[in-house]
Amino acid sequence: MKVMDATEIRATLNEICQKIVSKNQDLSKTCLVGIQRRGAILAQRMSKIISRLCGQKLPVGRLDITLYRDDLSRISYQPILRNTNIPFSIDDKHILLVDDVLFTGRTVRAALDALLDLGRPARIELVVLIDRNHRELPIQADYVGKYLATSSSQMVELKVEEIDRKEEVVIIDKDGQNEF
Amino acid sequence: MNFEKKDLLDIETLSVDEINLILNTAKSFREVLERPIKKVPTLRGKTIANLFFEPSTRTRISFELSAKRLNADLINFSSSTSSVLKGETLLDTAKNIMAMKVDALVVRHSAPGAAHLLARNLPISVINAGDGAHEHPTQALLDIYSIREKKNKIEGLEVAIIGDIAHSRVARSDIWGLTKLGAKVKVCGPPTLIPVGIEKMGVEVIYNIESVLKNCDVIIMLRIQKERQKSSFIPSLQEYREFFALTEERLKLTRPDVIIMHPGPVNRGVELPPRVADCGRSIILQQVTNGVAVRMAVLYLLLTRGGE
Amino acid sequence: MSILIKDGKIIDPASQCEDFLDVFISGEKIKKLQKNLKMKEAEIIIDAREKIIIPGLVDMHTHVRQPGREDEETIKSASLAAARGGFTTICCMPNTTPPIDNPALVRFIHEEVRRNSLIEILPVGAITQNLEGKKISEMGRLKKAGVVGFSDDGKWVVNSQIMRRALEYAKMLDIPLISHCEDPSLSEGGVMNEGYWSCVLGFPGIPGEAEEIAVARDLTLCRLTGCRLHIAHVSTRESVQLIREAKKRNLKISCEVTPHHLALSDEKVRTFDTNTKVNPPLRSHEDIEALKQGLKENVIDVIATDHAPHSPEEKELEYPDAPFGVIGLETALSVVLKTLVQSGVLTLKEAIAKLSLNPARILGIDRGSIQEGKTANLVIVNLKENWEVREEDFLSLSKNSPFIGWTLPGKVEYTICRGKIVYKGE
Repeated sequence: MKVMDATEIRATLNEICQKIVSKNQDLSKTCLVGIQRRGAILAQRMSKIISRLCGQKLPVGRLDITLYRDDLSRISYQPILRNTNIPFSIDDKHILLVDDVLFTGRTVRAALDALLDLGRPARIELVVLIDRNHRELPIQADYVGKYLATSSSQMVELKVEEIDRKEEVVIIDKDGQNEF
Repeated sequence: MNFEKKDLLDIETLSVDEINLILNTAKSFREVLERPIKKVPTLRGKTIANLFFEPSTRTRISFELSAKRLNADLINFSSSTSSVLKGETLLDTAKNIMAMKVDALVVRHSAPGAAHLLARNLPISVINAGDGAHEHPTQALLDIYSIREKKNKIEGLEVAIIGDIAHSRVARSDIWGLTKLGAKVKVCGPPTLIPVGIEKMGVEVIYNIESVLKNCDVIIMLRIQKERQKSSFIPSLQEYREFFALTEERLKLTRPDVIIMHPGPVNRGVELPPRVADCGRSIILQQVTNGVAVRMAVLYLLLTRGGE
Repeated sequence: MSILIKDGKIIDPASQCEDFLDVFISGEKIKKLQKNLKMKEAEIIIDAREKIIIPGLVDMHTHVRQPGREDEETIKSASLAAARGGFTTICCMPNTTPPIDNPALVRFIHEEVRRNSLIEILPVGAITQNLEGKKISEMGRLKKAGVVGFSDDGKWVVNSQIMRRALEYAKMLDIPLISHCEDPSLSEGGVMNEGYWSCVLGFPGIPGEAEEIAVARDLTLCRLTGCRLHIAHVSTRESVQLIREAKKRNLKISCEVTPHHLALSDEKVRTFDTNTKVNPPLRSHEDIEALKQGLKENVIDVIATDHAPHSPEEKELEYPDAPFGVIGLETALSVVLKTLVQSGVLTLKEAIAKLSLNPARILGIDRGSIQEGKTANLVIVNLKENWEVREEDFLSLSKNSPFIGWTLPGKVEYTICRGKIVYKGE
């Protein structure tokens, strides 16, 4: 079931970026770090939008959290390791951690651990396109594009041009599969 | 794709896809090694045992570091401190260690097939860290990784392996890996140190080092051991050096972009004079760094296979 | 005890008979061999319909580990294993601990055989004292005590002068000298055949030339001395060629090959299973083809098992540390049926001859034939039934066989030795 189309995604992302610009006077120490894979794509886009809005070009990094997952021994498949590429120091920076969907909070927990192994940021804020509830850890986003009411057995997926060759957010009904 | 096998025993039975999976995984771990905190929590709670029945410092330390960087616990068992001298068989020793709830064994032994013997009889993962003159799979993987890092490919490269091929597990594993990925491999050494039948592995045999050096992109030098003199494989180390060492003079014959490799430890002054071992074309130290990343990749792939 | 075997098909290479005949055995002898026998006094009647009856097999080359390693095999257990495999006469090699190099030990063997063996076991005496290759043994007294041949098997007599003396001396005794041909300086340190597989597996190899040099030397000395020479376990193409040429020159030589050298090539070593570790080693496919050709042309006269029991503690070691040798008495006939008869290399009659009549003739014993008046050593075999080789079924005390898990043709149903049933298959 499609809940967002390309236009809505673009509009929502613009809104988030406007909120960020208005909330933060000084973006000189701010960086975007996107969680692989789709969070990283969103972070890339956000950097362009923010640059258009206020002229500030925020550096963008990609973070792969596979090595920090808490469920590696439980899943039946072997997740593909993707690259972590943060080409700048994160010490004393204001990090905007970007992900597509916030669900149980475990991905973000892993991302925080990974980031903190890489340096000591001054502040980390969480940006998500979708917050679908059902948190299993005490984690909240600072910027949310859209809230979605879902049941925990459903899957919410963001499809992007760069990977899936379409732009949409869908809710999928499935039976009891354990997906991160 | 998953790494389906329980163990890493040799390169001979690895597919090209499996080799690429390990090397691509190693790339991510190579990045971890550049971080200020060179650790990830991935194998927390797992225990790995190093069973080294042959002396080895660098491979053992490399595996130890790999395990620790993944947050796994590692114990060392070397034959001089074991009950092997009292007559405990290899299999019994391994079973005892496994009974202490160890998740994987890294085994180095002087007998070909030792790791296979353990892998066949134990349910836990076994990694062959060198079995006699048979294979040393992680060395070949790190060699291929290092070559690819510098040359961006393996296919079509001309690789020369020079030295005591007959007694070298590194040579055999390198030959399997490089030929599977499309490189042209030539082996060079005195005929007494080139094993009968090696052409059937898909390599060219050349006895003259000068002609081999002129046409290669990669040179892998092997150690020559003093003991070979005693069994008359070579008359003396001096004669060996005269005919087969990669001297500065011989280096001039090579292509300017050739890379020089060695699995270590280097017999400085025998197969490689110090100035060549340390020159700009030598990637010996990069091999060592890459070795940790590759071994981390192997441990990761074997110990995160399949869920409960 | 009298036995009547009805409706079986006799396969007797000696008389060239391949016909349905009934057999009546009384005491130790075959009393009658005719069609449609009706012997009311027969105490046991065996229905051999659809089965073949062959002479009791003769193995010229068995290692019984008594005295010295009774944990690996005794005269008793060897006889049980032999009977299960259809062998009614075997020769035990002298490399025991202590070796059979003096008459007292020969008498010991005879006594043990008399007391504990179900079948006939004939001792082979040592060529040199203590198998050291330095001084010839008391061959005359050994023959008087009852040995049927001489061998230093396990080792080659390296010193050509000593081997010459041994051959010359044995000439007056008219029993064969059995030579294990292996130049130790070439085979030293090797654990498998030298070739592609030893290269891939990283094992030091034993080149075929280690055997061929020794064969050539022994054939030359045979030509010099005129003594009867039998070459044990031939394994290479070149060895076969050397023997072929020697026979063309009418030298008094014979030779044997083992079933495992016919069924397995050196490629099998890639499993690192120590039951592929034998000496001489398993060789290449080309060698195997030459061995089969050699059997066909009668260059190779005999198939002998070289049954070499080893305890599990010794075989369950890393490949280089495990001893050489595999057992073979219980699988020999079936392996021969599978690799030679079913594949058309030899006819059934020819194959049986290699396992019975030919070795008997070389040893100079009246065995290996089914005829009225001869000793009743026979085997009833069901060619139509296959069986699975299982470790737990072996009657030998040792289980080191490379054929475990194989399905083989030809089930031995009865083995009769000297008129007594010594084995009955389930």
